Amino acid sequence: MTIDELVQSQREWLRNDGPESSIVVSSRIRLARNLAAFPFISKLSEEDRRRVIETLRKAVRKTTFGQNCTLFSMNDLSSLDRKLLVECHLISRELADAEGLRSAMISANGQFSLMFIEEDHLRMQCIKSGFCLSEVWREINELDDQIEKNAVYAWNRKLGYLTACPTNVGTGMRVSVMLHLPALGLTRQFTKVHNSLQKISLTVRGLYGEGSQAWGDFYQISNQVTLGVTEEELIQQVQDVVRAVIGYEEKAREFLLTENRERLENGISECLRMIRNSSEMKPQPTLQCLSAIRLGINLGLVSDIPIETVNQLMLQIQPAYLQWIYGGVESSLDGNEFRSQYLKKHLLKILG
Amino acid sequence: MKCQKCDKKAVLHLSDLTGGKPVEIHLCAEHAQEYLSQNQGGAQEQVNMASALATHLAQQMAFTKASNEFSKTDQETCPMCGITFFEFRTSSKFGCPNDYEVFSRQLLPMLMNIHGEERHTGKAPKHSSEETSQKLAELIHMRQEMAEAISNENYEKASVLRDQIKQRESEAGIA
Repeated sequence: MTIDELVQSQREWLRNDGPESSIVVSSRIRLARNLAAFPFISKLSEEDRRRVIETLRKAVRKTTFGQNCTLFSMNDLSSLDRKLLVECHLISRELADAEGLRSAMISANGQFSLMFIEEDHLRMQCIKSGFCLSEVWREINELDDQIEKNAVYAWNRKLGYLTACPTNVGTGMRVSVMLHLPALGLTRQFTKVHNSLQKISLTVRGLYGEGSQAWGDFYQISNQVTLGVTEEELIQQVQDVVRAVIGYEEKAREFLLTENRERLENGISECLRMIRNSSEMKPQPTLQCLSAIRLGINLGLVSDIPIETVNQLMLQIQPAYLQWIYGGVESSLDGNEFRSQYLKKHLLKILG
Repeated sequence: MKCQKCDKKAVLHLSDLTGGKPVEIHLCAEHAQEYLSQNQGGAQEQVNMASALATHLAQQMAFTKASNEFSKTDQETCPMCGITFFEFRTSSKFGCPNDYEVFSRQLLPMLMNIHGEERHTGKAPKHSSEETSQKLAELIHMRQEMAEAISNENYEKASVLRDQIKQRESEAGIA
């Protein structure tokens, strides 16, 4: 499978068929692991990097998942290809921007991706549509067990899985749920939620993780602590909080629908008008428009367009994707103009 | 570790205990000052902050005390990977699994600061044990020893080490 095929192929987690998917876009778990026989990344020679990748590649190939995925060596990819993978949430920005030998193994539907030589020897993630952390955990746990059959991890009873940075030691697990919370945004209640989350040591981030902004009311809630709690407890913690946040968002949506329906409808029309009439669209207003349309579909105010299309547009309006689509076209248009064209083309049905 | 408000190095590491459960705070010198002066607000808050700060400062004192010993501590080196504590302190990344053991004294307050816990209670590998993991970690040192033996032209020692390394690696499925 080539990068082009991978980018074009349907991503399972955007399908919007998971539980609670009107509010929860996706559930994701990542595990950090290191091979016992090699130093961590900072002390790894180029030759050892090659051997770590090779050992992990072999171990992953022997798993049931391994036959169905492709290995990409970062040094063989263009910078645009690497950016595309970041935008698709398949690799981290750190892996894309680093130097030296490093690779990623990615499944065709984008559900699993394993990064070799990121901050740790192995960072694997499983991502699925909707609110289904237990299912995601079952799958990635199974993959972890299968890999570990053929590769001995750095682990001890006292501290668990040993990672390059002590902030990940223990379970090496980051549980992360991507939420769409437009009604909490509109009713200005998100700050309250945000503050209460911080008090229980959960983190809230934007669409693209650390350092990214929460444009379009898309947020990721994840755990911070990795030591002294079991994987199941961590999942439970995040699950409980997310369930509460879903409840708040539902109440806020209900309130908007009964008390403020006109304002909602006007807001959506305004967004559609903006897409129709502008010849340039910047990323932030675009995500705000997509957010309003997504809310509109979920509340039955917008029809004729599946949510899946809006989910996909969230990634497709990112700079590298647009460059990939329009790159071959001789043109003087810039990214914002391409974005505008792309949106018009894909939202034709509802733009009228 | 970086300051949570900017890219500078964090010098103040606190656990804010005012909210019931500890919230970690990592700030550079500048933002630490801002944080401390900001939190001298309302009377009620001041009481809470005062007690919290007392705790923090006690922790920081322990840290500072440690920092006075840093010149000595900084030189401490892991015999396996060769990383010094100074290198770890400045990059917040360890060099090998053995560092958790070598620097365990300095690590403990850090783990309590980050996680509020010091013991793993989660998953264990199904197909290997702590002992296998530790035995394989010795390879890191053995490879270094072999390289040293070669550079000292002690080829006899190097070849013995090479055979031992090869055997252990092939048993563990290392490429």
